[in-house]
Amino acid sequence: MTTRDEITSGLSEILEEVAGVNPDDVAEDKSFTDDLDVDSLSMVEVVVAAEEKFSVKIPDDEVQNLKTVGDAVTYIQKASA
Amino acid sequence: MTADHSHPTGPARGSKIIAMGHYQPARVLTNDDLARMVDTSDEWIRDRVGIVTRRIADTETVADMATAAAGKALAASGLSAADIDLIAVATCSSVDRCPNVATRVAAKLGISSPAAYDINTACSGYEYALATVDHAIRAGAATNAIVIGAEKLSDVTDWTDRSSCVLFGDGAGAAVVTAVGDDEEPGIGPVLWGSAPEKSDVITIEGWRPYIQQSGQTVFRWAMVALPLLAEKACAAAGLTPKDLVAFVPHQANLRIIEPLARKLGVEDAVVAKDIIESGNTSAASVPLALSKMVERREIPSGAPVLLFGFGGGLTYAGQVIRCP
Repeated sequence: MTTRDEITSGLSEILEEVAGVNPDDVAEDKSFTDDLDVDSLSMVEVVVAAEEKFSVKIPDDEVQNLKTVGDAVTYIQKASA
Repeated sequence: MTADHSHPTGPARGSKIIAMGHYQPARVLTNDDLARMVDTSDEWIRDRVGIVTRRIADTETVADMATAAAGKALAASGLSAADIDLIAVATCSSVDRCPNVATRVAAKLGISSPAAYDINTACSGYEYALATVDHAIRAGAATNAIVIGAEKLSDVTDWTDRSSCVLFGDGAGAAVVTAVGDDEEPGIGPVLWGSAPEKSDVITIEGWRPYIQQSGQTVFRWAMVALPLLAEKACAAAGLTPKDLVAFVPHQANLRIIEPLARKLGVEDAVVAKDIIESGNTSAASVPLALSKMVERREIPSGAPVLLFGFGGGLTYAGQVIRCP
């Protein structure tokens, strides 16, 4: 079972790679759009990379519900359980 | 002038592009112009899609633009109107259902009795049209063809929708394609074509007063995931790898699709078409428009392998490696 911290750290690597987000800025309470400046297309790239990294499926309909890093961590943890 | 095309020269071992031509309307619409029409900005548009300007038709129809591009390609080819026995037009924005655009082009250019058809696979239309023409020439059903991509997307754009009206433009591109001789290598490679019909509702131009609508994120995701592998397969069909390409001309949908696609394919050293910056997304016209400009600017050596790859509504896709005219 992957811990929340491990998932956050994995997401932070992805965010740095696809959207140039400083890993120090990434925390569970941060909003992708408002705090990390990740636009809708970058969010798709993050999701695609996360699917591969964590071997989970994140459907299109679900992406809009992932407002914060914590939302994504919760979804990925549940999906990989 | 009467030319008898009822007896083509017989099956050929392949075909090649010998000349290109393109046409764009004179009116330039800038991002700042759009910012005065809807709630958007130059920065937003550049960041999301990479478009700086697009051309918008005034009174020109799809057939007018197709004719202008085809006329230039024909003039550059050294062939005459009487030599042409097939015209194929890729378009998804022609408002007239009959006559088709291809026969209108024939009438305007004085091409007397060509086989003439339109094809609609939205943004991948040009590669589909090129493939069907190549197949017709191989089968011996035609010898000299004009293949055109022409769109007037401004007719089907909702100019009050800020998410879509910033994307599209008008224009046309055309190629003259002829049979190769028995001792000559084909200049149009095998097509890799297909579709993802379960996603057919994510790009639509539907109804009696149709506007282009799309689920941008879904299309973008499909493009990110599916296209690199498909483009690689199109190269493999020609016995090549992406590293062998001298130029890559993908459909000009979004700079943020084009650049990662080029990166994933590993074609950074090739000349990659980025005509979207000045022309916007012109659907089936985008590839021949971009290629014609690259040929005109002599950016690609004659005979060099170029991957054309279209993708869009349907969702359809098609690609083939051609030899630059």
